[in-house]
Amino acid sequence: MAKATREAYGEELQKLVQENDKIVVLDADLSGSTKTAMAKKVAPERFFNIGIAEGNMIGVAAGIASSGHPVFASSFAMFATGRCWEQIRNSIVYPGMNVKICGSHGGISVGEDGVSHQATEDMAIMRSIPEMRVFCPCDEWETKAIIRHVANDDKPCYVRLGRSAVENFFDENTKFEIGKVQVLNRGQKVAIFATGLMVQECMKAVSTLKAQGMEPTVVDVSCIKPLDEEGVVEILKQHDFVITAEEHNIIGGLGSAICEVACKLHPIKIRRIGIQDEFAQSGSYKELLKAYKLSDEAIVEAVKEYYQSL
Amino acid sequence: MNSLEKHANNIRKNIVKMVANAKSGHPGGSLSATEILSVLYFEEMKIDESNVDSCDRDRFVLSKGHASPCLYATLAERGLLHDDLMTFRKLNSNLQGHPNMRSVAGVDMSTGSLGQGISAAVGMAIANKVDHNDHRIYALLGDGECEEGQVWEAAMCAAHYKLDNLCAIVDFNGLQIDGEIQDVMNPCPIDQKFAAFGWNVIVIDGHDYDQIRAAFAKARACKGQPTMILAKTIKGKGVSFMENNAGWHGVAPNEEQLAQALKELEAND
Repeated sequence: MAKATREAYGEELQKLVQENDKIVVLDADLSGSTKTAMAKKVAPERFFNIGIAEGNMIGVAAGIASSGHPVFASSFAMFATGRCWEQIRNSIVYPGMNVKICGSHGGISVGEDGVSHQATEDMAIMRSIPEMRVFCPCDEWETKAIIRHVANDDKPCYVRLGRSAVENFFDENTKFEIGKVQVLNRGQKVAIFATGLMVQECMKAVSTLKAQGMEPTVVDVSCIKPLDEEGVVEILKQHDFVITAEEHNIIGGLGSAICEVACKLHPIKIRRIGIQDEFAQSGSYKELLKAYKLSDEAIVEAVKEYYQSL
Repeated sequence: MNSLEKHANNIRKNIVKMVANAKSGHPGGSLSATEILSVLYFEEMKIDESNVDSCDRDRFVLSKGHASPCLYATLAERGLLHDDLMTFRKLNSNLQGHPNMRSVAGVDMSTGSLGQGISAAVGMAIANKVDHNDHRIYALLGDGECEEGQVWEAAMCAAHYKLDNLCAIVDFNGLQIDGEIQDVMNPCPIDQKFAAFGWNVIVIDGHDYDQIRAAFAKARACKGQPTMILAKTIKGKGVSFMENNAGWHGVAPNEEQLAQALKELEAND
């Protein structure tokens, strides 16, 4: 069953606030969309709406965390990270606050709201802060595992969540090793590292390609930072060509992170699929993925190009 | 001189020494806040060596983080900080240019980027409400800092959540780096603005101990509202050539100027 990762976040957070009476949840007037309203429903005394004032929300989160409470602070990814980058750097990460910034509506799959609401630089700007951890889960179960994992540590992190429903690749019983890359399809010659919603597009592409005698490896990277360098290099060594796929600018996100590891440890040709350093526009989520070459067709094409170049 | 005045004078001496020794730092806004911090740490706040490491006590956020020399010197004078103050701003020192809570136990929030400390103080006050404790949260802002929009987001939030356990103080010395606040970007009337945002506002002379004490007592007695103490101060207070001079916002005295400053301060002893 398909479910948006923001929905999975809301469900898991609802459980967590009931299990741990220290957790405090903050939102900036988007609790219905970010799904923190589900936590408010069961623990209203530990939910604070900070209103349309994201910078203050981050500072308030720091103050609450410094008092011994884990804090989940949510807004749209655009505002939770973009508007508050400096507050996150100086008030959350530098002091090492136990704050989990969970940004929903990441990427262009926000759709019709258009560029002002399409966070396509969030992973880049969060990744560039020392000590910051950056997660981008691909489905319901991975989201729940990551949210539970970060709720049980005392360090800051950013979790990018999506608006639109995505297929499940894992199930309730999957044992996650948080931080490690996960091979979802074992193929040969071509390896695709994908994150978030792009995992779904890559897996669709695999079905098409398989029918045509090509089968790439698909690797789910849900932890962009710290990146599982060992796991990435192992994949790089086993393949001749690498593709990265993210619903994010090709500058600074997953593609850059994989290239950095390849540069250092195993140079190889890498094709980065993502937003090609441009602003997108309004449109339906499916139309946008096609228009900006993030859909399964674009991935099929990239893999075929490699085979044709041989 | 009574003992509190003596402590304040020692703090002032250390401020000018630290900044001169580091050859950088912010003497003006440190000297203007000295009486306020002295009353806070020696009388008002429940803090001592047994609880300095904990958040389970009254806490203070130096939202105007550049006044770090005043905070470090006050913590040292109170016996809560044992680092060599002369390592201030030096490589590998715990005494970073702007306060770092990870390296100094008595620093309750890392600050330096203006407008952010007050939000953290609001968060601390919210947490104390969640925890149903009686601890109080204090925050010191600069008047120039009130030009930051985030200060007003925090002000709105504190009143909305009726944070009567929060007391903010504005060190109203009238000067910022580029000159007089009303010439650079007038944040006034700061008192009326906070009142309009729903705060209990008290205006005092920030160098008068009795007025500072009385204001804190009124803040403690006020229920259902956060309190803002607008403390009228003199930038560079206590060192004649630094007083009311924006040029001493972030400049270190040279050896000669240090000697002159110490001579003036020692004359008070």
